[in-house]
Amino acid sequence: MQYEAVIGLEIHAQLLTDSKAFCGCSTRFGAPPNTQVCPVCLGMPGVLPVLNKRAVEFAIKMAFATNCEINPKSVFSRKNYFYPDLPKGYQISQYDEPLTKSGYIDIDVNGTKKRIGITRIHMEEDAGKLLHGETYEDSDYSFVDLNRAAVPLIEIVSEPDMRSSDEAVEYLKALRDILVYLEICDGNMEEGSFRCDANVSVRPIGEKKLGTKAELKNINSFRFIQRAIEYEIKRQIEVIEEGGRIIQETRLFDSDKGITISMRSKEEAHDYRYFPEPDLLPLEIDAEWIDEIRRNLPELPAQKRERFVNEYGIPQYDADVLTSSKALANYYEGCVKFYNKPKVISNWVMGELLRLLKEGGRDISQSSSFKIQPEALAKLLNMIDSSAISSKIAKEVLEEMYKTGKDPDAVVKEKGVVQISDEDTLIKAIDDVLSKNPKEVSDYKEGREKLFGFFVGQVMKATKGQANPQVLNKLLKERLSK
Amino acid sequence: MAITKKDVEHAAMLARLELSEDEKVTYTSQLDSILKYVENLRSVSTDGIEPTAHVVPVKISLREDNVKESLVQDEALANAPEKANGCFKVSRIIE
Amino acid sequence: MELYNLTIHQLNEKLVKREITSSELTEIFLKRIEGVDGKIKAYLTITPEDALMQARDADKRLVSARDITLLTGIPISVKDIFCTKGIRTTCASKILNNFIPPYDAAVIKKLKDAGAIILGKNNMDEFAMGSSTENSAFFVTRNPWDTERVPGGSSGGSAASVAAGECAASIGTDTGGSIRQPASCCGIVGLKPTYGRVSRYGMIAFASSLDQAGPMTKDVMDCAIMLNIMAGYDPMDSTSIDTPVPDYTKALTGNIKGLRIGIPKEYFVEGLDDNVEKAVMGAVEVLKKQGASIVDISLPHTDYAIAVYYLVATAEASSNLARYDGVKYGCRAKDSKNLMDMYCKTRDEGFGAEVKRRIMLGTYSLSAGYYDAYYKKASQVRTLIKRDFEEAFKICDVIVTPTSPTPAFKIGEKTADPLTMYLSDIFTISCNLAGIPGISIPCGFTNDNLPIGLQILGRPLDEETVLRTAYAYEQAADWHKKRARL
Repeated sequence: MQYEAVIGLEIHAQLLTDSKAFCGCSTRFGAPPNTQVCPVCLGMPGVLPVLNKRAVEFAIKMAFATNCEINPKSVFSRKNYFYPDLPKGYQISQYDEPLTKSGYIDIDVNGTKKRIGITRIHMEEDAGKLLHGETYEDSDYSFVDLNRAAVPLIEIVSEPDMRSSDEAVEYLKALRDILVYLEICDGNMEEGSFRCDANVSVRPIGEKKLGTKAELKNINSFRFIQRAIEYEIKRQIEVIEEGGRIIQETRLFDSDKGITISMRSKEEAHDYRYFPEPDLLPLEIDAEWIDEIRRNLPELPAQKRERFVNEYGIPQYDADVLTSSKALANYYEGCVKFYNKPKVISNWVMGELLRLLKEGGRDISQSSSFKIQPEALAKLLNMIDSSAISSKIAKEVLEEMYKTGKDPDAVVKEKGVVQISDEDTLIKAIDDVLSKNPKEVSDYKEGREKLFGFFVGQVMKATKGQANPQVLNKLLKERLSK
Repeated sequence: MAITKKDVEHAAMLARLELSEDEKVTYTSQLDSILKYVENLRSVSTDGIEPTAHVVPVKISLREDNVKESLVQDEALANAPEKANGCFKVSRIIE
Repeated sequence: MELYNLTIHQLNEKLVKREITSSELTEIFLKRIEGVDGKIKAYLTITPEDALMQARDADKRLVSARDITLLTGIPISVKDIFCTKGIRTTCASKILNNFIPPYDAAVIKKLKDAGAIILGKNNMDEFAMGSSTENSAFFVTRNPWDTERVPGGSSGGSAASVAAGECAASIGTDTGGSIRQPASCCGIVGLKPTYGRVSRYGMIAFASSLDQAGPMTKDVMDCAIMLNIMAGYDPMDSTSIDTPVPDYTKALTGNIKGLRIGIPKEYFVEGLDDNVEKAVMGAVEVLKKQGASIVDISLPHTDYAIAVYYLVATAEASSNLARYDGVKYGCRAKDSKNLMDMYCKTRDEGFGAEVKRRIMLGTYSLSAGYYDAYYKKASQVRTLIKRDFEEAFKICDVIVTPTSPTPAFKIGEKTADPLTMYLSDIFTISCNLAGIPGISIPCGFTNDNLPIGLQILGRPLDEETVLRTAYAYEQAADWHKKRARL
């Protein structure tokens, strides 16, 4: 029998606010444990939450970017459960009346467009972190760091619209792109600021009813998502083929073994006893504020791609690559301002520049590590146009610019690599080569025209590659026909 | 809807209360009589009535995203029953 | 009269005229506590050093006559439900036996800033769950009018400390009557303001949508003075109301001509003590003589208030009390096998029987499959109860009822049956469900010389009319000058 997979994703994205969701503690990552805590986020007796306005604004931005409806009135609820990383014994979340619902994004899977529905996006608070003892005397204990407790999150719940791990990964990447473009989440999976759980089920092709799903947790990279889903699909099909039944459960992805493991044995009956959070009034959002947020919404990846194709006349492929990050797109547009040949810049950025960045491991968004200003690249390209340097030399110059951050003029001067177009100088060099190779000259004259390339090479060698190729060609032909 | 000892045990588990056998019996009968008492609500028609979760006639006020001073680590941990490594210490959680 | 029996406004006069210093006054109250608290047991923690230090600061303010309020230099006590920075705050629970908050409750901060002297922390029912202060994990507080009887609850320690002259005034919290009922039992004035009028920040939560802090004083003027300081918007409490605070003492005109007083028929039914009914009807006559008119009103959903209250309050409490898990603060059970075991043992050992009972009820009623039948249904009926008041206040300005169906009962009398105990809150609970203000003031004594309380309820944020009515009655009746003999 043929099966198809049905996949839905639940994504938690940490919002890039300066302070926590309900108190003024910093959200900065990496501080010593329990130094970014106060009575409120420690859940001390009698304290009360006060909602961070920017967190709401960020959530609304995401709603716009994913075509969601915004509820003018949403409700915070308490999700009750005990765990040492949850200081109040409940998580403030949204339950039956989330901030936004019913949206979608379009993704591109191997050239085919597909629309993935978004069920809802709601706001909630993060939990703290548990550290497990490493040393012998610590190994019987776990340690609770509450710095992360109450950092604002949005949870983005998709419809079960994906049918393969490829689609899931594309959806995930697209969502991350949007979050990063909006500058509301840093999208860092390793540090846990962008986390994904996957609901996976399988059913015979043609079957309308959904199969029983397993929830995959603890997956912290795109590669692992792909592997976890693929493994899970295979596992479920095998179970069914062998006449077994899928059990609804949570499964953990073991990245070392590449398998998913049932957590059923450790799971107790959850009953979260949601009820409206009495300490927070319903979140009412007036139309004026929504309008203001909409007006200030930045351009999103899909819009940018389309604009690049239309405005700069570059191929779709180029637009895709150049908009893969906001920083790269901004850089590209910066260059176009100084040098109005968009396709030429596209070639240089996609070719040389991305190669250098990849090899050097530098980040284009960090001006401290990536030092080639758009203006400098434009200058370099102008030097090619004016025949001051050859494109081959230009590549070397760019490499030096990448390493040192120097201006192309300075590099060219330092290296003495200005292109030689001066005819007298070149004639001297040509004559020198011809006189040193009398046999080749006579062979050429007898009809071995292939040797022309040999002479070009020799002159280039003699001029350390600085000879202007066009001028050289012209002069060489003249000298050889004498 | 009579409450059973099993219900009491389930609620106790959710609430993280270790009840003795005696307590289970007492709570079963006491909760049963309280729940019987609140059954009188059933006679009130509430079709289309919005539940009241907040009685205040005000809108939520939001705070600006400004960082305020946190406690220092010692203050944060001062009341902890057990602590180490700058953290609250609990029995190892098996994952 | 002994200085410890004077009111805030009387003491303020003496302080301002420099007849006495705050330090001397503080010593007098500390001595009084030493003398009678062994009998009354109103305090869980007494803080003489801090109090005397605050008194010295207050004296400096009084001498310079700058930055002083009517509370500057006045020794008060506070219910042990308010977090006090650096001072043990237990909520009368074993689970918080050793908890020292690194912060002051908003109300505490306001009182301190006004120059009030905090003598110590009052006993109460554990986590404010109870109507007799018998549910304190530490000891029972006794009623100064009859030490065989309870002082009411949950703010029983606060009420008893005021009635026994162990402070000039106190503050309590009221979730279902916890200020008004003990005020009634102890013959003092107790006000529950409109929900949101006073910040809840730093006040240990029992039922968040019902809890409200308020003053407990020897007369209505003191009550207005305290409320002036306590009331106001707090950006740390999202549910606090951002409207200006009037000068409540200005409302105490003594004039209630033309005031329409509603008498709800549902409150004068079987089970109401004869003494209480007589005293309350007598009070209504006094109000009438002062020019108020009497309107018969109906609050048809009164019968359901207790059921609604015990479902809503316990649900919220079950969640509010989840934070006491032995991880971050408070007690932790020894010798636990693992985390689950630690949680269960800690909470079993740390909480008293009534608290556990309410956590159980709240957990059960919120659990899967029961939410609609219990919590949601109760919240809907709550809407109807609120509407009852809205309707009533269309035809009257205040509502007058007994505070409690009976005077203070004997210690141990109602502990066996929780439901009977719950029913003693029958007249005070609706006020919290509707979020409206309510006051209890003395309106007479039983044949056994036990105080009886009169409850006056008002429109949301109309504490002024409530206080005006209370003051007019108080001045005509004069019960407030009687003191318990110890």
